Amino acid sequence: MQTRAALLTGHAWCVLLSILILPVAGCKKAPTAGQADEIVVGEFGSLTGNTASFGQSSHKGVQMAFDEQNAAGGVLGKKLRLVVEDDQSKAGEAATVVRRMISRENPVAILGEVASSRSLEAAPIAQQNKIPMITPSSTNPKVTEVGDRIFRVCFIDPFQGAVLAKFMLARGWKKAAILMDVKQDYAVGLNEFFKDYYLKNGGTVVSEQSYSSGDKDFKAQLTSIRATQPEAILVAGYYNEAGLIASQARQLGLNVPLLGGDGWDSPSLVEVGGEAMEGNFFSNHFSAEDKSPAVQNFLARFREKYNEEPDAMAALGYDAAMILFDAMKRAGTTEEGALCRAIASTKDFPGVTGSITLDDKRNAEKPAVILQVEGGKFRYVETVMP
Amino acid sequence: MDWGNFAQQTVNGVSLGAIYALIALGYTMVYGVLRFINFAHGDVFMVGAFAGLYFHRWLKPLFTGWPAAASAIVILLLSMAFCALLGIVIEKVAYKPLRQRSRLTVLITSIGVSLLLSYGAQLIFGAAPKGFPQLVANHTISLPLGASVTVEQITVLLVTLLLLIALTFAVMRTRMGLAMRALSNNPTAAALMGVNNDAVISFTFGLGSALAGAAGIFFAMLYQAIDPFMGILPGIKAFVAAVLGGIGSIPGAALGGVLLGVLETLVVGYSQNIGIPSGYRDAVAFVILILTLMFKPTGLLGKSEREKV
Amino acid sequence: MKNHIPHLALFAALAGAAVLQMFSPQLDDYAASILVLIGINIVLAVSLNLVNGHTGQFSLGHAGFMAAGAYASAMVTLSFAPVVAPAGPWAEGALFAGSLLLGGAVAALCGLLVGLPSLRLRGDYLAIVTLGFGEIIRVVIQNTESLGGARGLEGIRPYTNLFGTFAVAALTIYVVACLVNSTYGRGFIAVRDDEIAAEAMGIHTVKYKVVAFVVGAFFAGLAGGLYAHFITFIAPEGFNFLKSVDVVVMVILGGMGSTPGVVAAAILLTLLNEGLRDFEQYRMIVFALLLIVIMIVRPQGLLGNFRGWPKGKAGA
Repeated sequence: MQTRAALLTGHAWCVLLSILILPVAGCKKAPTAGQADEIVVGEFGSLTGNTASFGQSSHKGVQMAFDEQNAAGGVLGKKLRLVVEDDQSKAGEAATVVRRMISRENPVAILGEVASSRSLEAAPIAQQNKIPMITPSSTNPKVTEVGDRIFRVCFIDPFQGAVLAKFMLARGWKKAAILMDVKQDYAVGLNEFFKDYYLKNGGTVVSEQSYSSGDKDFKAQLTSIRATQPEAILVAGYYNEAGLIASQARQLGLNVPLLGGDGWDSPSLVEVGGEAMEGNFFSNHFSAEDKSPAVQNFLARFREKYNEEPDAMAALGYDAAMILFDAMKRAGTTEEGALCRAIASTKDFPGVTGSITLDDKRNAEKPAVILQVEGGKFRYVETVMP
Repeated sequence: MDWGNFAQQTVNGVSLGAIYALIALGYTMVYGVLRFINFAHGDVFMVGAFAGLYFHRWLKPLFTGWPAAASAIVILLLSMAFCALLGIVIEKVAYKPLRQRSRLTVLITSIGVSLLLSYGAQLIFGAAPKGFPQLVANHTISLPLGASVTVEQITVLLVTLLLLIALTFAVMRTRMGLAMRALSNNPTAAALMGVNNDAVISFTFGLGSALAGAAGIFFAMLYQAIDPFMGILPGIKAFVAAVLGGIGSIPGAALGGVLLGVLETLVVGYSQNIGIPSGYRDAVAFVILILTLMFKPTGLLGKSEREKV
Repeated sequence: MKNHIPHLALFAALAGAAVLQMFSPQLDDYAASILVLIGINIVLAVSLNLVNGHTGQFSLGHAGFMAAGAYASAMVTLSFAPVVAPAGPWAEGALFAGSLLLGGAVAALCGLLVGLPSLRLRGDYLAIVTLGFGEIIRVVIQNTESLGGARGLEGIRPYTNLFGTFAVAALTIYVVACLVNSTYGRGFIAVRDDEIAAEAMGIHTVKYKVVAFVVGAFFAGLAGGLYAHFITFIAPEGFNFLKSVDVVVMVILGGMGSTPGVVAAAILLTLLNEGLRDFEQYRMIVFALLLIVIMIVRPQGLLGNFRGWPKGKAGA
């Protein structure tokens, strides 16, 4: 029973507590940007969680670029400081951490993310806050469509989808089944663009099934696919589920080749998929077997620094950072407008993942490679030009 | 009607259902004896899987030369024992102080324990999924009607059946089982009759947790990847299975588990034919729960209970 | 004798919120965003407290109502903002307020749909069923392409500001306080203490339970709308069972049945959350331990007058 006294006490508490909030509110606006002699750049990625491999690889590439650049004296006479945030591979976290990063650190630019869904979350925030954002590996076209301050240094899925479709048809696999991750913009987009090219060029899709990132059991979908007897299966999704799908497919006696996109690129692919992964293909941004001096040089330096092999995400992270530095130098300033124009006019930049030129949609037109899993390693099969 | 497809989907569903059944057995036993829902049960399942992974890693050198089946059994028993211990400890620390309180209080506490286990596991092992080793060589065997089943699936089914029989025997024919049934009927009277309530409760928890641990290993064997949050959804679904079969009834839990597994798999497998997107897979369990509680709250094999005023 | 204190308190709070809004350009962005989160959590905690604390119906599906409100209001502004924007900030403000109310209404409808079938259930069964409903709402959203599906809705207009948030928070506290101090409140408490006796006394337990669910859901929907227009991106994953547990922890810590208690708990836990962000790994473990310790040592929470349900009540 709430007596009048109790009611009074209750409301008094509320008022009291509201007063407690004021000290928090009392923090005045911090003066913009850290010290005057450093350039702050933000990075966000999935350092932990379901797609931790992406964030960690990408970060290693970015960090290497930063360390090398700082060792060479920084940019525009100032040292570079990298602020890193982890979005834990969770939808919703990316928006939160980018917001926080912007209001606390006020970076001049942001690098991120690998997963298209999470880049899509953060891009409107960067655009609105007038901070250029460069995504190293998000391939969904919608990311750069968010605004003119969003850039990418990799190819986009209309190209990647067509690459996979062309490859399938070239190998004579005219009946395909599709298994797509409905939780990821990347997968849904890749599927659409794949079908676009495939159906127009003589292929038929005999079965289209879906799953969600985080699912463990795909036997129901695979059994349905098995009944339609496809010649190949497109698995549009990320490496964890791809590994499980391969393994479960083989258990069901489904022995046709599986194909995927750059979302498969991770050492975990073979760790989870094991032997079931052998013989499958996926498209990617670069191959470690590329003999060009740029790639071999990068591989050597990466191995020395981290004692492990880099994957495409690391290479793209490195390229994204290097392009940012290059743009800063060309603009002569880190002021937003000039920096954006400089990034947009990147032409023939010699990246590890190829020569990078940004087109008028702020995407990069680059060749893709097809890799095949052999002996637990990713072997180079062929290059496809845009 | 593609019988081959249907047969295969059913096989998949039954093997998924066996895992739900194992977890559900633990839920139903604890509910039968103590009358509360142990939310943390699903996380004991997860601990079992991780225990299996690490026992395998540490003990592999000792197993050279052993047949795969023998080392698999050892790992299974070790993990079950570890989980039993964990269950007993949880009961003593978190639930025993609350024995006089209402069931809701204990439910809330068990949610806390569940979160502690999952996030604790995340802290220790990291959130990224880990691959589970191949404990037994896995061949695919063809069945009539074009379905196929793997050795692992058969193992899971057989062992679940065995455990079910062993459990029923234990509850119906042993003194401890008698004590458990007495306790579930009336704790005060049981204590008066000389039953050591604490020991029986610990035993119940230990047994239920051991079964959950076994389920964890089987899940890991069938689906090959484990992560700290793998227990939450299967845990809730297993509870639904227990309710479907009749909470407090051991054969009910097994039946409920298998039914749920089959229904879930069929909904996903035939999603395009029935117009329900396969993303609704998880909702199947909840819809079944709501329907069961609305229309037949005692479940398929359960008994009616009067609520005393 | 009419008690004017709640009404005065409401005016004071609204005035305070307006003043806060006027000062907001002076505030550090980060601090402002924490304040908004605090406000949203207050709304969530107080609305859940009505169902869990005052009426004793243990609901674990509150995040589902929040999701319903978030998506409904986001869809409204996404569709109409381009049309309304040229008319100026006051028009946009009206659109935002309208969308929030619609979100609340949709959530209240969900509350009705959840409350009705659950009426015959008690205690732990009710908890699991509400959890199930919350998950069903989430799964439905996840599979509805026009709501963005599993990938979520992005590009929501950032309409949420300090005034909006604290105005809604003040309103929530006011409405709940008034409700609790009316005959409805007596009904809620009767249902909480002993449902069978209440029925025997001729109290329409059905009516009170449904009212509690619907009102609680309405405000959760408002909180959802505020949240959507604050984060500008919503995905079904963010409204899962764990989010419901977050709110439940606030209610339990604050003390079931005590409005000032849950307000305090909401503030404390939001601050704790932010403070532990750098130790993200430990955050939930701290919460879990808090939950366990509170239930064992002090189930009435900080300020609750409620010592847990009597033994034997709740559940079949």
